[in-house]
Amino acid sequence: MSFLEYAPAPESRAILSLRDRYGLFIDGEFVDGRGTPFQTISPSSEERIAEIANANEADVSDAVAAARRAYDRSWSRMSGRDRGKYLFRIARLVQERARELAVAESLDNGKPIKESRDVDVPLVAAWFFYYAGWADKLDHAGLGANPRSLGVAAQVIPWNFPLLMLAWKIAPALAAGNTVVLKPAETTPITALIFAEILQQADLPPGVVNIITGAGDTGATLVAHEGVDKVAFTGSTAVGRAIAKQIAGTDKKATLELGGKAANIVFDDAPIDQAIEGIVNGIFFNQGHVCCAGSRLLVQENIHDEVVERLKLRLSTLRLGDPLDKNTDIGAINSKEQLERIRELSDIGVAEGADRWSVPCEIPENGFWYAPTIFTNVQTSSRIAREEIFGPVLSVLTFRTPAEAIAKANNTPYGLSAGIWTDKGSRILAVADQLRAGVIWANTFNRFDPSSPFGGYKESGYGREGGRHGLAAYLSPAPIGQAALSRPSTRGAVETADGAAAPKARRAVRSATRSAKAATKGSKR
Amino acid sequence: MSRLAVPKTYKLYIGGAFPRSESGRTYEVVSASGAFLANAAKASRKDARDAVVAARGAVGGWGGATAYNRGQVLYRIAELLEGRRAQFVAEIEEAEGVTRAVATAQVDESIDRWIWYAGWADKFAQVAGNANPVAGPYFNISVPEPTGVVAIIAPQDTSLLGFVSAVAPALVAGNSVVVVASERFPLSAISLAEVLATSDVPKGVVNVLTGSPAEIAPWLASHSDVNAIDLVGAGDLDWISLEVDAADTLKRVLRPESGPDAAAPALGRISAFTETKTVWHTKSLR
Amino acid sequence: MSGTSLVTARERALAVLGGEPDDATLGRYLHGIAGVDAVGLEQRAAGLGTRSIKTSSKKWALDTIISLIDLTTLEGADTPGKVRSLVAKAMSPDPADATTPRVAAVCVYGDMVPFAIDALGGAHGDPDDGLISVAAVATAFPSGRSSLEIKLADTAEAVAAGADEIDMVIDRGAFLAGRYGLVFDQIAAVKEACRRPDGTSASLKVILETGELVTYDNVRRASWLSILAGGDFIKTSTGKVQPAATLPVTLLMLEVVRDWHLLTGQRIGVKPAGGIRASKDAIRYLVTVAETVGEEWLVPHLFRFGASSLLNDVLLQRQKMTTGHYSGPDYVTID
Repeated sequence: MSFLEYAPAPESRAILSLRDRYGLFIDGEFVDGRGTPFQTISPSSEERIAEIANANEADVSDAVAAARRAYDRSWSRMSGRDRGKYLFRIARLVQERARELAVAESLDNGKPIKESRDVDVPLVAAWFFYYAGWADKLDHAGLGANPRSLGVAAQVIPWNFPLLMLAWKIAPALAAGNTVVLKPAETTPITALIFAEILQQADLPPGVVNIITGAGDTGATLVAHEGVDKVAFTGSTAVGRAIAKQIAGTDKKATLELGGKAANIVFDDAPIDQAIEGIVNGIFFNQGHVCCAGSRLLVQENIHDEVVERLKLRLSTLRLGDPLDKNTDIGAINSKEQLERIRELSDIGVAEGADRWSVPCEIPENGFWYAPTIFTNVQTSSRIAREEIFGPVLSVLTFRTPAEAIAKANNTPYGLSAGIWTDKGSRILAVADQLRAGVIWANTFNRFDPSSPFGGYKESGYGREGGRHGLAAYLSPAPIGQAALSRPSTRGAVETADGAAAPKARRAVRSATRSAKAATKGSKR
Repeated sequence: MSRLAVPKTYKLYIGGAFPRSESGRTYEVVSASGAFLANAAKASRKDARDAVVAARGAVGGWGGATAYNRGQVLYRIAELLEGRRAQFVAEIEEAEGVTRAVATAQVDESIDRWIWYAGWADKFAQVAGNANPVAGPYFNISVPEPTGVVAIIAPQDTSLLGFVSAVAPALVAGNSVVVVASERFPLSAISLAEVLATSDVPKGVVNVLTGSPAEIAPWLASHSDVNAIDLVGAGDLDWISLEVDAADTLKRVLRPESGPDAAAPALGRISAFTETKTVWHTKSLR
Repeated sequence: MSGTSLVTARERALAVLGGEPDDATLGRYLHGIAGVDAVGLEQRAAGLGTRSIKTSSKKWALDTIISLIDLTTLEGADTPGKVRSLVAKAMSPDPADATTPRVAAVCVYGDMVPFAIDALGGAHGDPDDGLISVAAVATAFPSGRSSLEIKLADTAEAVAAGADEIDMVIDRGAFLAGRYGLVFDQIAAVKEACRRPDGTSASLKVILETGELVTYDNVRRASWLSILAGGDFIKTSTGKVQPAATLPVTLLMLEVVRDWHLLTGQRIGVKPAGGIRASKDAIRYLVTVAETVGEEWLVPHLFRFGASSLLNDVLLQRQKMTTGHYSGPDYVTID
């Protein structure tokens, strides 16, 4: 036998006690949805996991109303100290049920258990711990004394990091004193629903967090609901754009974490073995279903061949297969639709003249799979070098000088993240300065931390999640005259942080005329 | 025996030059009492396009200048404005039909706002940025950077103060701007442009368009090479459509404000046109 | 088994370096090799450490570990009796289970070599043939602080006594002072001293003492230097300095060995030594070897564990796999 095949080492599913049907979590309880329910399946086997309720317009309204009641009656009146205690409780409960959550995540999403176990779930707990401590320290959030929560936050999250994105959204919202209606992605609702059970165990007051399941139309209804004060969305740039149009002319604030096409820049003096690891982690982590994935490898031309050769050697050791096997490196593609999109763009790459190389590996019979793939001989004009593929597909391009690397890295409407690999400190700082991207990883890639702000430039969205900036996104400054601390001598100064300009009381709101106009505008595009 | 005055031709300010509108159009600017004051240039969409090109060209140099330098340049504007107080006071008195005292107060407040924002240039990054204590062997820091090209629809109800209140904060972080001046009171904006042209502000950093905001704003809101739009003075326009247009390229948008506190001095007006960049770097002794 | 000839090694080094192996040429070459990012290296090692090895793979792994062990005693208190006891353990690690493989070698001080050979009797030979080698530490082990003459005499004496393998230490002081030429020459001279009258050579393991080199960049340069100078194996540590073998350091050395193989086609061995006490840790090393240079490296002439207490832990695990229940320390022998 080959030692490298290892023997199967599946994580036990016995730890799960899933229900056969899940309702909507509204006002602290599971209730039936009024839309047509749908099934969630495991993308690695296409087996059914559970039936999931579908929230229709009335359900969305109920959830928003519950959030509003909870905001008015309890959460906005509660002391920051007590809000923090609830968040600490949630963090601990997530730790206690970590393995269960990891197994459920891998089952429903298709990601390898080693990632859900070692990355996603620990970060979920860390996120709640971090923001728990903020709840009674809001005066230090950067908006001056006595900042206000916004009200009801509508949060719509994607399928690539289902529970982690939930934590990124809910933790800062609750710490700041908002209540929440969250909609997980249609293909990955399970961990959000287990999280609802955790909220019950934490005895969180009913309505503070409501979790409604459904497809894109449910999310759109939620975002458009007039009872919503804040919209937080992570997902595609196309949907983010539609949301930005939808909320135009309203008082709603928005945080949008959208697509990316990150450059991972490797200079010829890079720590080469770590750079290879960084490239692999950059694009093949989570099957490349990562908005900040390093999908464009920009390698200095004089080491191109060596890097590609080393990369192929390394990729040949990746193990694709059962997401619940502890030795799996590459899990399943999340859905048939996504698999088709990856295939389509990949075929376009070939048609455009790029050279495709895929890891020779066995593909399981059932489920959705795509072997890790590298395209060389890719031109900057190629679609695979410009469009977000959101899959395990890397496009390799070359550059000759730092200036050319920067120019090529920035030559995209996106601006979420980038990587730099070089041993030269001054070059790292200068290149980092000039990259138009919200997160720069130097000699590392795909690192996340609750204290570290994350978010994009340009069409990768706006607002930040994580850190003090992520907290400020759920707050507004105290109205003029109500902040305890002194103001600048010029009249009416209002301090806000991070892109959140002071909304003025006198702002004209014309929501009546808005929706009609927005709709017309939208349909033209 | 009074001397026959020499009237000024008011033109656009694009890329450090004072061109007429490429369209050749002008419109009549009248005083509060209805007297003819000047034929201001009526900028076209092509003028707006040229202004965006000029602004884009200036971003690298201005955003890349040291914060200390930007602060000095902004302070220099205040110095020059102080020297031309009388001119601006007279211009505002005539255009807005206000008393000398009111006009003087507007000019003085404008000068003071330049100074307030000039002082922020080398400080806001310290207030808006962070060292982040991540749980791992990494140096991790977040700093604000300029968003890029910012289009501004200046407040429409004042000649100078609204204009300065919107433009100055956008410049602090290193953005370059394309400003559509007050349609009714455009003359002080152009006079200010003359101040900017003789100050140390690099050409293209501030570009001033006069004419119809309703006509020009949609072109700026939909322009792909504009990164942000400040609709502070767009309250009387169809600003919701402008916001919808701006969403096409996910521009950062500030919504309209009105009244005496419009565009009041705030750190938030600086940070609204910044992007937080987080940099991670490994650290180890081994 | 025997090492590569010194002549071949020198020719290869000259070709790779493009000049005489003096301080300047070696310095340029070694400092031209890509650096190591410590955080990334440690993360990769940690990642390899999460592999879960079960059932048939684990059984194979445990037996492989035993067959790769240099069972070691390097004490001032070593006696012929202690060495005989060690050899007995090497030949029959688990007296209760005849299917247990033998270890690869016993590793002793030079003066103990005759006792080891005597005790091994017919079991003495090439571990690739299922026999047991005798390895001797030499060159003023562990500090290496003596004259070259003494180091060479130390080596020659052990080889003359019948040692199959010489575990030498580099002059860390010279290395840290940038005197790469001196380190190179000493390794080359020791290599020469490994030669036997019949023209064959004892295999040379070069101990870097990574705990004293401290940085990964140093470890990488010292690995290249040792291989260029003719080492058949590169070994992490003497076991007398902490930290001794670590997974990141071993991974790094394996990467050098991999790159050398890509460059020249020659396969060099790697020996982590010191501090590997648990089967679980040893399995992580096997995984790291397999995923870095390939599982063909998991043979005695290309990979060794320098260890003593590791063997008994592996035996306990092995008994658990055979019997299905947990074993205890009284069911394995002390040597």
